[in-house]
Formats: sequence, structure tokens, C-alpha cells
Amino acid sequence: MRIHKMGLISVATAAIMGAAVLAAPALAADKVKIGFVTTLTTPAAVIGNDMKDAFDLANEHIGGTMAGLEIEIIYEDDGFKPEIGKQKTDKLVKQDDVDFITGYIWSHVLLASRKSALDAGKFMISANAGPSQLAGKLCHKNFFSTSWQNDQTPMALGEVLNQRGVKSLYIMSPNYAAGKNMAAGVERTFKGEIKGKDMTKWGKDAQLDFSAELAKAKASGTEAIFVFYPGKAGGAFIKQYMQAGLNESIPLYTVYTVDALSLPKFQKAEMKGVLGSLATQFWSPDLDTPQNEKFVSAFLAKYGRYPSFYAAQSYDTLFFIKSAVEAVGGDLTNMDGMRAAMEKADYPSVRGPYSYGNNHFPIQNFYLREAATDSEGRWTTKIVSTVYSNHQDVYAKECKL
Amino acid sequence: MEWVLFVSQLLNGLQLGVLLFLLAAGLTLVFGIMDFVNLAHGSLYMMGAYFCVTLTSALGSFPLAVLLAVILTFILGIAVELIVSRHLYQRDHLDQVLATFGLILFFNGAVHLIWGPEGNPIALPDYLNGRISLPAGIEIPTFRLVIIAIGLAVAVGLIWLVTKTRMGMLIRAGASNRRMAGALGVDIRKLFTLVFALGAAMAGLAGMMIAPITEANIGMGDDILIVAFVVIIIGGIGSIRGAFIAALLVGMIDVMGRSYLDDFMKLIMDNQSAETASPALSAMAIYILMAGILYFRPRGLFPPRHR
Repeated sequence: MRIHKMGLISVATAAIMGAAVLAAPALAADKVKIGFVTTLTTPAAVIGNDMKDAFDLANEHIGGTMAGLEIEIIYEDDGFKPEIGKQKTDKLVKQDDVDFITGYIWSHVLLASRKSALDAGKFMISANAGPSQLAGKLCHKNFFSTSWQNDQTPMALGEVLNQRGVKSLYIMSPNYAAGKNMAAGVERTFKGEIKGKDMTKWGKDAQLDFSAELAKAKASGTEAIFVFYPGKAGGAFIKQYMQAGLNESIPLYTVYTVDALSLPKFQKAEMKGVLGSLATQFWSPDLDTPQNEKFVSAFLAKYGRYPSFYAAQSYDTLFFIKSAVEAVGGDLTNMDGMRAAMEKADYPSVRGPYSYGNNHFPIQNFYLREAATDSEGRWTTKIVSTVYSNHQDVYAKECKL
Repeated sequence: MEWVLFVSQLLNGLQLGVLLFLLAAGLTLVFGIMDFVNLAHGSLYMMGAYFCVTLTSALGSFPLAVLLAVILTFILGIAVELIVSRHLYQRDHLDQVLATFGLILFFNGAVHLIWGPEGNPIALPDYLNGRISLPAGIEIPTFRLVIIAIGLAVAVGLIWLVTKTRMGMLIRAGASNRRMAGALGVDIRKLFTLVFALGAAMAGLAGMMIAPITEANIGMGDDILIVAFVVIIIGGIGSIRGAFIAALLVGMIDVMGRSYLDDFMKLIMDNQSAETASPALSAMAIYILMAGILYFRPRGLFPPRHR
């Protein structure tokens, strides 16, 4: 008797679950589901929270709907680890059955997650990471970037160094996918001598004490130092660079290190030496486009701080998805239609109009920006000049699309 | 020029070494004397750093903040001992690992709630932010010299405490034979609380010394704890002298590996492979050292005699 009862329950459960599975596509039709994988724990949560805030703000600005469909955003935390990022991606595409999957701060997390999303036939949009592999050999028709390819920003910086007549350079970068791309990028365009190069330990237990490397850089007699240290390592590096007194003798050039996340902290610690330091980027809070003005002022008003470039890219991503969904009138089964719409990049981007290359990475401008004080005394970045106009990454030609 | 760099790196290694010693000293005392595996030792290091962050901005004086924060971590150490670890001394190591792992999660969560996820910088006063010039053009940030001085002072003080004072004698007696010492009228429980809190205060001090360099971060203690365990295993569990020598050894190996390994690697392979292989190898160097030492001396370099 008992066994029968159990059998009955399991049959009933199976039936209910089956019904739920059958019902899922019907439900999906009145909703656009977007999965967002980012880092919400560990100190790198500062980046993830900035992206999440911007994505929520974008959702608010478009009124929570696109093409008459309600927007459902599911945030997942990758814990700064590729294997967890992949698990969360699997969960989003299989269990939640999202229509778009985006976010991805870290190149190694994106590379680990890419297959899960693309094999499931989902659109994958990187809102930050731009590893060379995905721009080249591993490019995919359903993968798009609303950011940049990793090499581009340091390439622009190498160009800046040439323009300023810098003859020698010391490179420091974390030892992971993006760190290698960044070092390769600056080496590709910089025409002077590379005096030395240190790749430091990265990940959850990243190296944060750079005393040995700084001593080496100083002894090498280099004219300038280049670093790529996103997140907490950036603050630590710049602090030690100044404590070692190198800001008085060897100028620092950075990519993705001096940004809206680190500058308020430098201001709090009264590290004035960072003001005037130069970096390259595709965007800056003071970039003069109508969409950017709206975004930056709304972000400042709502959260009381400047948005970072991570935030800008995330804000763009939702408008980008909206342009695709509206182009097909909300028919989410029309993948080809949505893809064609996305390839046009026909949406109001905070960086102004740009186009897509064959590998679905933006062809866009890169600017030189300087850390400076705004009218209210807050530390931010300001554009100095345009380094590259409509620049395309070097891996596009390896992409067979 | 070459040896100027070498001396700078020696000083950097020394600074990392004494910092590791501050952390490892408490760990080795607690592990060696009470036979208690405290994974949450790194959390005390983190809490010290965060106390110092708040006190520095509240008081506007870094030295004063350090003084108060050390006392606060000492009190926190007493609280942790009374509430959690006291009940675990008689249990086996697995229970201790589980409970103290829980403590790590608790402290990381508490810091996330109170201070937020972002790193917290500590502003150093100007007189600590500069550099000191040594002969022959060697320059070292003042604060790093201060770390070396404080670390060495604590080491000397601790060795004096354990070998020359009555309290040190009681600690050693309690470690050799808990029951006998108790029977002779020593309050072992109070003694253990004191030792635990002393270890906590030293770990907290290490956190306060590193935070002005790297910022106070959630989980900062978890990363360095593994290295601290390597130190006490190399030095011999329970030995202060061993911990000191092993900490300096590990600090030197780490800094020298990062400084010179890629040059050596370039001699035997092409530049590209050397650049990728050397960071990985220098990260492994201390573990290779540990494996080597354990092969020849399974109980570490200076195992305490009474065990």
C-alpha cells in the first residue's frame, strides 16, 4: 500500500514537472529573460555591483519593457572563479532558459563559460571581458561584445607613449588571459625598448605586494611604467608606487586601473600623486554624447558616485538588447532577425555611434584620459585627446565569420 | 647597480618575512601548545586591519589607531577563545577545522555587512609615507623599515617572554604536560585564553602593518594563512624560533623568486616560455622548499624538544 502511494506521488510529481516544462515556452513569450553573470562576492564585488547598478538603471530608464515584453533580469555571482562562472552560466541557460546572457568581467571566466551558453543556442554578450580568442579563432555568430577587445586599449596606450617620445618601458600585469593580452597589446604598438616585464600571480589570492617588482623597475632605468591592475590590486599598486617615490621619477601609464572605482579611494587616502596620470579608454564620464550625459547624471543622482567604464558598458548592453528585441517585434524565436539587428549597432550608445566588425567586436574610438578634479572637487577622469578613430582589433582577420 | 637591487630585494624579503612571522607566531603557539588548528587565525589578521581602518579615520592618528586596534584584537581573541575554541581543545582536528572554517565565513560576512565589499585604504601620516636613503643609493619606503623594526622587536619580545619569564615557563609547562601543570596549581584554562589572545593580537598587528600597503580587504587573511601554515610546518610546529627563521626563509625565497627567477629561466628556455613559466614557478617555490625540508626533517627545522 505504502509503495503504491509513493508511486502515485512520484507519477504526480513527474506530471506536474512535465507540465511546467511544457508551459515554459508559453510563459517565455511574454517576457525577455536576461542572465547577468558578474562578481558579487570577494573584493571584486565592487566591480560587479557597479555593473548591476548600471544595468538596473538602464532597466529603469527603458521602463522595464522592450517590444511590449516584460524584462526579467537574473543576476548570478561568479565568485571571481572560472569554474563557478561556468556553473552559473549552465544554470542560467538550462534551468532559467534565459534569452540573453551577459555580464562577464573576467576573460578567464568568459572563456570557461562561453561553450555552455553558445552550445545552448543563446546570445552571449560580453559587457566587459574581451579575450583575443573570442575575437579571433573562437568567434561565434551568437557572441557579441559591447566593450572592446583586450589588446585595443593598451595598443592605444603604446601609441600615446610613441607620441610623447617615451623611449623605454617597464611592463607589469597579472598572469591571466586578459593580463597577457594587455601586455601583448602595448608591446605591439610601442616602438621603444621594453626594459622588463613582470607577470604577477592573479585570482582570488592575487599578489598585492609589489615591492620586489618596483625595485626591479627602478633598477632597470626605465623611462616609464605600464600597468594593468583592475580592482583591488590597482589601488595597492598605485599606493606602493607612490610610497616607493617612483611618481617623482618614473611616470605611470595605466589601462583599466585608474577608474571611477579606484579614484574615490585614492582621494580618501589623499594620494594626490595619482592626479594627472594618463590612461587610454573607449569612454570617459565627460564624453560628450546625449546618451552619456543622461547616463552619467542619472547615475550620479541615484548612486552618488561616478559610473565606471564597467557601468557604462553594462548600461549600453541593455539598450543593445532592446534594439534587437524591438527589431523583430518581440519574436524571441527569430534569432536571425535579432542577430542582424545587433550587427547594425543601431542603438543610442553612451560612447556615440560605432559599428561592428565581422567578429562582433566594436570598431570604435579610443581616447587618452587624465585623472583630474571635477567642478565639485571629486576626482574623476577627463578626455585629453583622441588616440584612435574607428579602431578595429587585430584578431578580426582570424575570425571566419 | 646590480647589488643595489640585490640589497633592496633583501630588505623587501626581510619585510615580508617579519610580517609572516607576526602571523605565524600566534598560529604556531596555538597549534603547538594547545594542539588546536585555528583556520580563523587569518580572520583575526583581517579584523586587526579593519579595526585599524576605522580607528585611523576616527582618531586621525595612525600610531594611536594601531595601539588601540592591537588591544581590540586582543579582546576579540579572548572572546573567540571563550565562546568557540575553548570547547574544541578536546575534540579532534577535523571538528576544529570545521568550526574555525565556520568562523572564517562569519568574519568575512560580518566585514561585508559592516565595511562593505570594497577595499579600505589607510592613510599614512607624512612622516611614514616618505623614503629613507641608505648608503650607496639604496632607498626604501619608511613604512617598510617600520614594519621590519616592529616585527623584529616583537620577535625579540616574544622569545624573551617564552624563555625568560615566569609566564613563559607556565606556557611551556602547560604545553609539555597539561595535567601535571594543572595539578601543580597552574590555571591552564586562563593561560590558554591568554596565549590565544596574544596570538590574535600579533596577527592583528600584522594586518595593521600590511593594510596601509595593500588596503584592508575581505578574505585577506585566508590567502596569507596558507603561507603562514607553510612557515610553521617548515619551522617545526610549536617553535617560536623555528617560526622566525622559517618566516624569514619563506619571505626571502618568495621575493627572490619573483625578482630573479625569470632571468634564470631565460638562460634555459626562450623568452616567451620563461615569462609564463617563472611566475608559476616562483609561486610554487615555497611549497617546493617545504616538501624538500619535510623530506629530510619530517618534524620541521626546529621541532620543540618536549614533543
